[in-house]
Amino acid sequence: MDFDLTDAQQEIVNSVRALCQRFPDEYWRGQDARHEFPHDFYKAVADAGFLGIAIPEQYGGSGLGITEAALVMRELAYAGAMNAASAVHLGIFGLAPVIRYGSEELKQRVLPRAVSGELHFSFAVTEPDAGNDITHIKTFARREGDYYVINGRKVFTTKAQEADKMLLLTRTTPIEKVTKKTDGMSLFLADLDRSAVEVRELKKLGRHAVDTNMLFIDGLRVSAADLVGQEGRGFHMLLDGLNPERILVAAEAIGMGRSALDRAVRYAKERVVFGRPIGQNQAIAHPLADVYAKLEVAELMVFKAAWLFDHQKPCGAEANIAKLRAAEAGFEACDRAVQTLGGYGYMQEYDVERYFRECRMVKIAPVSQEMVLNTISEHVLKLPRSY
Amino acid sequence: MKILVPIKRVPDPATTIRVLPDGSGIATDNIKWVINPFDEIALEEALRIKERQGAGDVVLVSIGQQSWQEQLRTGLAMGADRAILVKAEQPVDTFAVARILAKIVADEKPELVIIGKQAIDDDSNQVGQILAELLGWPQATFASKIEIADGRCTVIREADGGLETVAFTLPAVITTDLRLNEPRYASLPGIMKARKKPLKEIAVDTLGLDLHPRVKIKAMKAPQKRQAGRKLSSVQELVQALHTEAKVI
Ligand SMILES: Cc1cc2nc3c(=O)[nH]c(=O)nc-3n(C[C@H](O)[C@H](O)[C@H](O)COP(=O)(O)OP(=O)(O)OC[C@H]3O[C@@H](n4cnc5c(N)ncnc54)[C@H](O)[C@@H]3O)c2cc1C
Repeated sequence: MDFDLTDAQQEIVNSVRALCQRFPDEYWRGQDARHEFPHDFYKAVADAGFLGIAIPEQYGGSGLGITEAALVMRELAYAGAMNAASAVHLGIFGLAPVIRYGSEELKQRVLPRAVSGELHFSFAVTEPDAGNDITHIKTFARREGDYYVINGRKVFTTKAQEADKMLLLTRTTPIEKVTKKTDGMSLFLADLDRSAVEVRELKKLGRHAVDTNMLFIDGLRVSAADLVGQEGRGFHMLLDGLNPERILVAAEAIGMGRSALDRAVRYAKERVVFGRPIGQNQAIAHPLADVYAKLEVAELMVFKAAWLFDHQKPCGAEANIAKLRAAEAGFEACDRAVQTLGGYGYMQEYDVERYFRECRMVKIAPVSQEMVLNTISEHVLKLPRSY
Repeated sequence: MKILVPIKRVPDPATTIRVLPDGSGIATDNIKWVINPFDEIALEEALRIKERQGAGDVVLVSIGQQSWQEQLRTGLAMGADRAILVKAEQPVDTFAVARILAKIVADEKPELVIIGKQAIDDDSNQVGQILAELLGWPQATFASKIEIADGRCTVIREADGGLETVAFTLPAVITTDLRLNEPRYASLPGIMKARKKPLKEIAVDTLGLDLHPRVKIKAMKAPQKRQAGRKLSSVQELVQALHTEAKVI
C-alpha cells in the first residue's frame, strides 16, 4: 500500500493552493454577500487547465483520474468552500456520460469548450415530485423527426443562470410502459434556450455565489444530435457518474472541514479568556482533536474509493461510505469551528459561519445521508430494501 | 535568448522554523519546501522575457541534494525548458555556490543570469554579486523592472533612497526584488509536460572546483521571544523609562 502522493499529484495540490491564494476570504465573503457568481475565479481555474483534469487529452484535457480531481476539489473547497467548489464541480466531472457514451461528433463539439471554460452547463435531474426517487421524474421528451420536444419541471438546478447547456434527464417512455422502472429515461446535452425554459432562482441557506434554480420547460426543441448515447438508457449512464460525484463531494467536505478546523485551532491558540488561551481548556481542545481524527479517517476512505475507481475496480460501497463520513466530519468541523470562535464564530467577518452554512448542503446533495445508508444496507449488507 | 535561472530550495515562508536543541541547524521534519520566493520572481521574469521575444531557452540550475529536483520540476511546470541539478550532499556556502554557477555559465553560455537577490533562509544576499564578479559581467541588483532591446538591458533597481536606472550590455547578472512581478503558478498542462522535460544531474565533485567553505556556521539560536509591552500613564513616565530602563535617552 502506498499512501504517498506522487510528485505530479503534489505539484497539482501546490498549484491549486497558489491559485487559491489569489482569491482570499474577503473575495468569497464579497461574492457570497452580493450573490455574484465567481467569474474571475472560474476563469483562473479554467485557464490553469483544471476543468480538463478528467477529460481525455484528445479533447484538450489532461486525462487524469478521479484521485487528482478529488485533490483539486479538496483544495478549492478549503479555500472558498462550496462557492468555489460548486462553481467548477460540474465542469470537472459532469461530462463523464458524454465522454463515455456520447457520439464522437458531440464530444468534438462540446468537450474542448468545456475544458476552456467557455461552456457552462447545469445538471437538470431532480424534479419537484420525484426528489431522491429519480425513476419517477415526469419531464418528457417526445420525438418529432430529427428533434425531441421536451416539457416538464426541474428543481434545484445549480448554475442555470450561467449555463448555456444542461445535461437533462427526461423520460422518453412513460414509467407505466417499461418493465424496469430504470429504463425508458434519456439524457440530453440540451441548449438552455431561454425562450422555452424559464429559469427561476431559489433563495437558499448559503453558497449564495452559485445559484440554484427551478426550471419550467415548455416545448424545448432539442436536436437528436444532442441525445447522449442510446435513447432509454439515460438513467444507467447517470449511474456511472454517481460514484465519482460522491468521491468529489466527499473531498469537498474534507476541504471545508480542514479549513474550518485550521481556523478554529489558530483562534483557540490566540484567544485569551480567564487568563489562558481557550484552546488550553479541554472542552475546546478535545472536540477539535476528535474532529481532526474524523477528517483523517474520512479522507482515507475518499482516497481509497478514488484509487479503486481509477483502477477500474468496483467502488460503490467505498464511495458511499466516503461521502457519508466526509459530510459528517466536514460539517462537524465547521460546527466546532463556530463554537470555538464563540460570538465571533457567528459573525460573517470570521468566515466560519459561511463554511458552516455551505457545508450543511453536502449532507443533502447530491445525495442525502439517508439514501447513502439505504444503499449500504441494500447493496453492501444485502438487507431487504425498505422502500 | 538563453537565460539561466539558479533556484534554491528553502522552507515555505509560512512554516514555523524550529532550531535544533544543539544549535546545529533547524529541524527539517515537517517542513514544506518551496522555491526561494525571490528565485521564483527571477524565473517568472525569465519566462516573460522569453514570451515577449517569442523564443528562447530558460534553463534552471540548483545546487543541492537529490530531493531538490522537486523544486526544479515545479520550475519546469511553470514553464522553464530544462533543468540542471548539481548534486552536493554537503551544504555549500555562498562563495562556493557562485563558483559552481560560474562553471555552469561557462558550459551553458547564457546571455543573462537572473537570480533572486537573496534566499529567505540565510538572507545572505551575495551570490548574484559574487557571480558577476567571477564572470567579469555587469550586474544590476534589486531589479524592480527589466527591459531588453538589441543586446542592451535597462534595469530599474530599488536603492535605499529611491529608484535607480542602470543600463548595460549583455551578458549580465540581474538579481530580483519583490516588486518585479507576481510569479505564475503552474498550470495543469504545464505540470504534465514538466514530467517529460530534461533534468540533467551533475555530481559536484566532477566539476573540479575548490569549494572549501569560507563560512562556518558555529551555532544557531532562535531569536528572543518578544516581551509583552506595557502601558504607561504619562509622558513623564515614558521619558523616565526610556532613560533608566531602555537607556536610549
Ligand atoms: C444546494 C443544492 C444544489 C443542488 N443542485 C442540484 C443540481 O444541480 N441538479 C440536480 O439535479 N439536483 C440538485 N440538487 C438536488 C439534490 O441532489 C437532491 O437530490 C435533492 O435535494 C433531494 O430531493 P428532495 O429534496 O426532493 O428530497 P426527498 O426525496 O423529498 O427527501 C426528503 C428527505 O427524506 C429522506 N428520504 C426520502 N426517501 C427516503 C427513504 N426511502 N429512506 C430514508 N430516507 C428517505 C431524504 O434522505 C431526505 O432527507 C441540489 C440540492 C441542493 C440542496
